[in-house]
Amino acid sequence: MIGEHLPALPILLYLFLALLMPLAAKLGRGLPWAISWLGSLAVAALGAWGLWHTSTEGPIRYAMGSWAPPVGIELVADPLSCFFTFAIGAVSAFVLLHSRESVERDCGASNTMTYYASALLLLAGFSGIVGTGDLFNLYVFLEISALAGYAVLGCGSAKASLSSFRYLIIGTIGASFYLIGVGLLLAKTGSLNMADVTAILHLEGLSPATTLAVVFILVGLGIKMALMPLHYWLPDVYTNAPATSTALVAPLGTKVAAYALLRIGYEVLPYEALALDLRVFDVVLALGAVGIIWGSVMAIAQDNIKRMLAYSSVAQIGYIAVGFGLATPYGYIGAVLHVINHAVMKACLFLVTANLEHRGEGVSIKGLNASLRRKMPVTCACFAMAAISMIGLPPMAGFFSKWYLLLGSYEQGSWILVVVIVVSSLLNAVYFFRVLERLYLGKDEGEAEGASPSRLPTVMSFSTLVLALSLLALGFGNVFIVSKFISPMLPGF
Amino acid sequence: MTTDVVSQISTVPLLAILVSMTAIPAILLSSRKPNLRESWSFLAAGLKFALVLSLVPGALRGESVGITLLEIAPGISLRLVADPLGVLFALVASGLWIVTTAYALGYMRGHHEKKQTRFFASFALSLSATLGIAFSDNLITFLIFYELLTLATYPLVVHKESPEALRSGRMYLGYALTAGLLFLAAAVWVNVRVGDVSFAAGGFIPEGAFGEGELKLLFGLFMVGVGVKAGVMPLHSWLPAAMVAPTPVSSLLHAVAVVKSGAFGVLRVTGFVFGPEMMREHGLDVLLALFAGATILLASLIALRQDNLKKRLAYSTIGHLSYIVMGAALASPAALTGSLMHLSAHAVMKITLFFCAGAIIVHSHKTEISQLDGLGRRMPWTFGAFAIGALGLAGIPPVYGFLSKWWLSMGSLDSGYSLALGVFLVSGLLNAGYFFPIVIRGFFRPPAPDAHFPKGEASPWMVAPLCITATLAVVFGIFPDFPLPFFEIAKQVVESVMGELPQALNAKDIGLAP
Repeated sequence: MIGEHLPALPILLYLFLALLMPLAAKLGRGLPWAISWLGSLAVAALGAWGLWHTSTEGPIRYAMGSWAPPVGIELVADPLSCFFTFAIGAVSAFVLLHSRESVERDCGASNTMTYYASALLLLAGFSGIVGTGDLFNLYVFLEISALAGYAVLGCGSAKASLSSFRYLIIGTIGASFYLIGVGLLLAKTGSLNMADVTAILHLEGLSPATTLAVVFILVGLGIKMALMPLHYWLPDVYTNAPATSTALVAPLGTKVAAYALLRIGYEVLPYEALALDLRVFDVVLALGAVGIIWGSVMAIAQDNIKRMLAYSSVAQIGYIAVGFGLATPYGYIGAVLHVINHAVMKACLFLVTANLEHRGEGVSIKGLNASLRRKMPVTCACFAMAAISMIGLPPMAGFFSKWYLLLGSYEQGSWILVVVIVVSSLLNAVYFFRVLERLYLGKDEGEAEGASPSRLPTVMSFSTLVLALSLLALGFGNVFIVSKFISPMLPGF
Repeated sequence: MTTDVVSQISTVPLLAILVSMTAIPAILLSSRKPNLRESWSFLAAGLKFALVLSLVPGALRGESVGITLLEIAPGISLRLVADPLGVLFALVASGLWIVTTAYALGYMRGHHEKKQTRFFASFALSLSATLGIAFSDNLITFLIFYELLTLATYPLVVHKESPEALRSGRMYLGYALTAGLLFLAAAVWVNVRVGDVSFAAGGFIPEGAFGEGELKLLFGLFMVGVGVKAGVMPLHSWLPAAMVAPTPVSSLLHAVAVVKSGAFGVLRVTGFVFGPEMMREHGLDVLLALFAGATILLASLIALRQDNLKKRLAYSTIGHLSYIVMGAALASPAALTGSLMHLSAHAVMKITLFFCAGAIIVHSHKTEISQLDGLGRRMPWTFGAFAIGALGLAGIPPVYGFLSKWWLSMGSLDSGYSLALGVFLVSGLLNAGYFFPIVIRGFFRPPAPDAHFPKGEASPWMVAPLCITATLAVVFGIFPDFPLPFFEIAKQVVESVMGELPQALNAKDIGLAP
């Protein structure tokens, strides 16, 4: 029973809960908060169940309103989409759980209802992008998430609204590019349904018009996922927004765009033509590799810890792009695994910055000192774990995405890529150890105990800790994840 | 050439690794009670040593026992196996941990060091990592513990938290992390080409899996990977810099655990990944021997010019590690035996020297060799032990160092690279040249008028360990199998890797007799 409707459930659940928010806010002050994170937890459960179900029984196709595709909108739950649904639900559940105090502080106590409603709409958009089997519908969800993301990221300071506005504009430009591409495809194929378009393109091959469509779609998605050199909107937004909003958007926003890229690039568009005629994969691979190095170097140059993490995101998206561009099973595994690994790492790191902001500590790296370790031992330990994972030391999760990407690089005989991955790990080490050194070895300049204003609420340290520990679990469980879930979803290469 | 010994399941290697990890929470929790905290360290060290000892009989029979924990990457398991080579290294590391704990207790308290809890906790973690390295059954397991060792020793290197210490720490991390990544790159490459990453005595890379140039590149990646920790020139600069660490760290980690992990890695890679035959056929042995030989000579020459006692010891360490590397490169039965014996011999002797240096620093606050005139008469035990260690490293019987050098020298003859013999002999002279003046200054020069030496010896917590290790160096020199059967285990390793036992040389075989 539930299996049939699975593809629609996460989206509808989020939409429904978002609409419920005004009512919930009337009933209790903490209710919007509780409902949102519990909702996310439910979505994570749905994703996990769906992952289990679809990887044994095959994908579920769902016709919205019983309008049969290609006329109606089709939603699809297959292992890949369920995997992403799970990631969205699980990561956002802990970020939302963590967010209560920060939201009240940054956006004002009267705005919590609006904040959580927007957050849920944002997540509805994300799960829609992941769950849809329709190209135009994907655009709709891209816009929903962009608009909701604007509200979530823009609350707080004037600077945040400004950079968030930029995010909206750029996001819309990206979505428009995508829309133009879809329009061209529609004109040429007469269909918007992904499976349908796939079949038609497979028969007809790429004409000049569809080639143009491919370029528009890929550039649009590239902007959305902040693939170097289309990443300029990202650092400002992530830096100026409240840390808790960044923690919600940063791990997931770019990842769902990467999902769309994986989905459309491998499955909808004709693979042969993309690989041989257009050399799309080589281009994305090269951009990803440059992005990895560029993002890491820029991260080293930052003093604001949030800005450093933002540039590090640019680099990490480069890894996903590289995995996509390798176009081998190992590359694909590396890309998908890195999506979940990086989502958890980045969420954890941004929650750490949220904790810092909460305690009134600055976000300047120069201002960090060893007194923090005494005041917030759990937060610092979480930062250390996530940092080690980002650098890619075993047995943390980050090591294994690198492992698969390296395997893929060797399979392709791509030596430059091996060098890029090795060098970027070292650059990661440079900017993370710079912070760790200050946290753990710098002089303890803090005042005596007791002068500190407030303790960190337990939920905040708890959610940060859960994310940090799941990095270990992801590391040790990587074989399980890869062999049980990712391998069955490999597209034919 | 692979031995067909079936490995039996045994949890002992795992327990031996875990025992010091489980001591860490106990150490952290009892940070307010130093005596209790140090008892945890002693308890863990004792247990660990006992566990390793229980593996010795199996190793003597040439058996490997181990356990597969979980699949860590597709087709690759986290697997711990105690084979003779692993047991040999584990025995050295865990045995010396006991003495070092006693010594560290005396040193850290005598020197009023801060953050002792972090110190002892990191120390315990480093030992876990070291044993993990010893018992790793494949490249990935090895790499995991190798990186863990880097992370665990970083807080020890920067212990003083002075700008200089931080600088050295960064340098150490830079070198060690780069090495780890290159090792990773090599391991992945092997995994893609060979489809297997499990160590096998005599090597597991099949002939023809790599082209000629590729094989050299792969070997280079591996050797940089393990060579950084082994201090092979030109990858050595972190080691003298890391001497800013407290002396117990220098002694255990930079004479036993960290650098020996590197040397052990060289042995693993040459003997169990490539194999002696492949090395010889593709000229990899000459390549490695050239670097090792240059390192031995250059490091000894630089050591001559150091006035800082710990720096001089550091450069001596660099030189002696390359003895082990040289033995692995020559890869004849005798050379490998010498290499394996030097692994334990250098550990016992160099730790004595570091202990002495530490005792001198804590007790008299002298760090430069030129300040030591006449101190030997005040601290006869310390300087006596120092003299024994120095004799051993110069290769003078009856100290243990003579035996290892003897086998190495024979190995350089029967492998046909007699130039290596010259290197060993010159290096022996240089060793005497940089160590003996210290002993002579201590015992026979009158003290400088402004030297304010304190009375008597350092604390017994420090003097007893250094006397123990000095005695061991002599005992092993006379009975290489008593109280620990280092020679017998080394023989098992050599037999498994080379397929034959080390033989005493026949003058005819090497062309010295008609």
